[in-house]
Amino acid sequence: MVSTHILSAYDEELKYLNRRISEMGGLAEQMCGDAVRALVNSDTALAQKIISDDVILDHAEREIQDKAIVTIAKRQPMAADLREIIGTLRIAADLERVGDLGKNTAKRVIAVQGTGVPRKLARGLEHLSDLALVQLKDVLDVFASRSAEKAEIIRARDEEIDAMYTSLFRELLTYMMEDPRNITTCTHLLFCAKNIERIGDHATNIAETIYYIKTGAQLEGERPKDDTANTVGALVE
Amino acid sequence: MNMMSEAAVEKALDKKMTDMSYKMIGNDVSVYYGEKRALFDVNLNVRENTVTALIGPSGCGKSTFLRTLNRMNDTIEGCRVTGKITLDNDDIYDKEIDVVELRARVGMVFQKPNPFPKSIYENIAYGPRIHGLARNKADMDQIVEASLQRAGLWTEVKDRLHEGGTGLSGGQQQRLCIARAVAVSPEVILMDEPCSALDPIATAKVEELIHELRANYTIVIVTHSMQQAARVSQRTAMFHLGQLVEENDTDKMFTNPDDQRTQDYIMGRFG
Repeated sequence: MVSTHILSAYDEELKYLNRRISEMGGLAEQMCGDAVRALVNSDTALAQKIISDDVILDHAEREIQDKAIVTIAKRQPMAADLREIIGTLRIAADLERVGDLGKNTAKRVIAVQGTGVPRKLARGLEHLSDLALVQLKDVLDVFASRSAEKAEIIRARDEEIDAMYTSLFRELLTYMMEDPRNITTCTHLLFCAKNIERIGDHATNIAETIYYIKTGAQLEGERPKDDTANTVGALVE
Repeated sequence: MNMMSEAAVEKALDKKMTDMSYKMIGNDVSVYYGEKRALFDVNLNVRENTVTALIGPSGCGKSTFLRTLNRMNDTIEGCRVTGKITLDNDDIYDKEIDVVELRARVGMVFQKPNPFPKSIYENIAYGPRIHGLARNKADMDQIVEASLQRAGLWTEVKDRLHEGGTGLSGGQQQRLCIARAVAVSPEVILMDEPCSALDPIATAKVEELIHELRANYTIVIVTHSMQQAARVSQRTAMFHLGQLVEENDTDKMFTNPDDQRTQDYIMGRFG
């Protein structure tokens, strides 16, 4: 935005919302990264910290909501300003969910610490998590730069995460079939993988919101999908 | 179908649209006040049974344009209008046009409520009387009641029709002026900031009235309140420095306008 409002306090309010979104994004990103680290290292102390950090995110979301509603009531925003504030609300909700997903993963650290996570699965989870976190980090950068083109690129990239998730899903099924004692751990890991995959979905949502803020148009069509896990069945011989 | 014929079809559709639903058509309308040019080749069409809002910063020409639609500018010394404006295909600047009759067809409501210093009844009856719209007292009574009903004022004033119009509250006075405009059965009603002197409740009543009047009349409203333009109109035209910057559906105008100047203006930003 090149031009500023005649009322400088209005600019301050919008800047405040932007700043809080960036802060939420930073924390959500960190929580999710830490959650996978805690999982593969069986680090329950770190897991505990993630669980308690979630409160901060919840609180931030509520503060953003309150401030956005007051701004709407006071300023009666129009056009790009209105899209910006509504977009902020949506992004805050997405980031709050991302935090919940990180927290849910952290909770499962305690459940799987007895058996530990098999090396190969840990690598798969880490890889999936890397992809999702790159999406999250990039989309937060796009939020700062407001590039509609980059938002579109990020949205298209979600496909990779979906494909990775499907392959992890198959692998977990294989482990479970090999030895029923793996079932408890693998089920937890399956949920963790699903959590991470969902983080990618929220990053995609955020990309779509940024596109809307910037252009006033919704991104057309189905987003590219390569999540075929829902059709994967165990072969019974 | 090749490109040419597609364009031809488009044009034919546009033409059809023009014939069917445009109540007034402004073609290259320019206005000069002496040496000073106030409007620059404005092309703006007013759709039938639609509320069209004209917005823009002070001095942008929106009131000037509004006033060209019923030749109110004629009364201003040194004012000259060029271009063409039609009302149902009649050129309103044609020499044959009777301006008094034109203003009966295109009524006007002003910023400040300006009832005549006469009774409520007489305020309404004046127009129909000079235009010979009532044959007898019963006819006139009927016109007065119907007009006050249309303006949503009947129940509030029916017991004091012979009291002075200036004794009403500001909001009631403005609705009286709308009733007065409606009394001569106009086709188009022009409103120049009709709510800027009213409190929010009186404003809401006038806005509700505008909404209802739309079914029977074509309305063009100049307003400084963007929220009001957004609330009452279906089409919005943005003026800036004497030029028509953008005309669009109101819903689009206030969520995602095409022109940067519109964007800056409605969001209250520096250009």
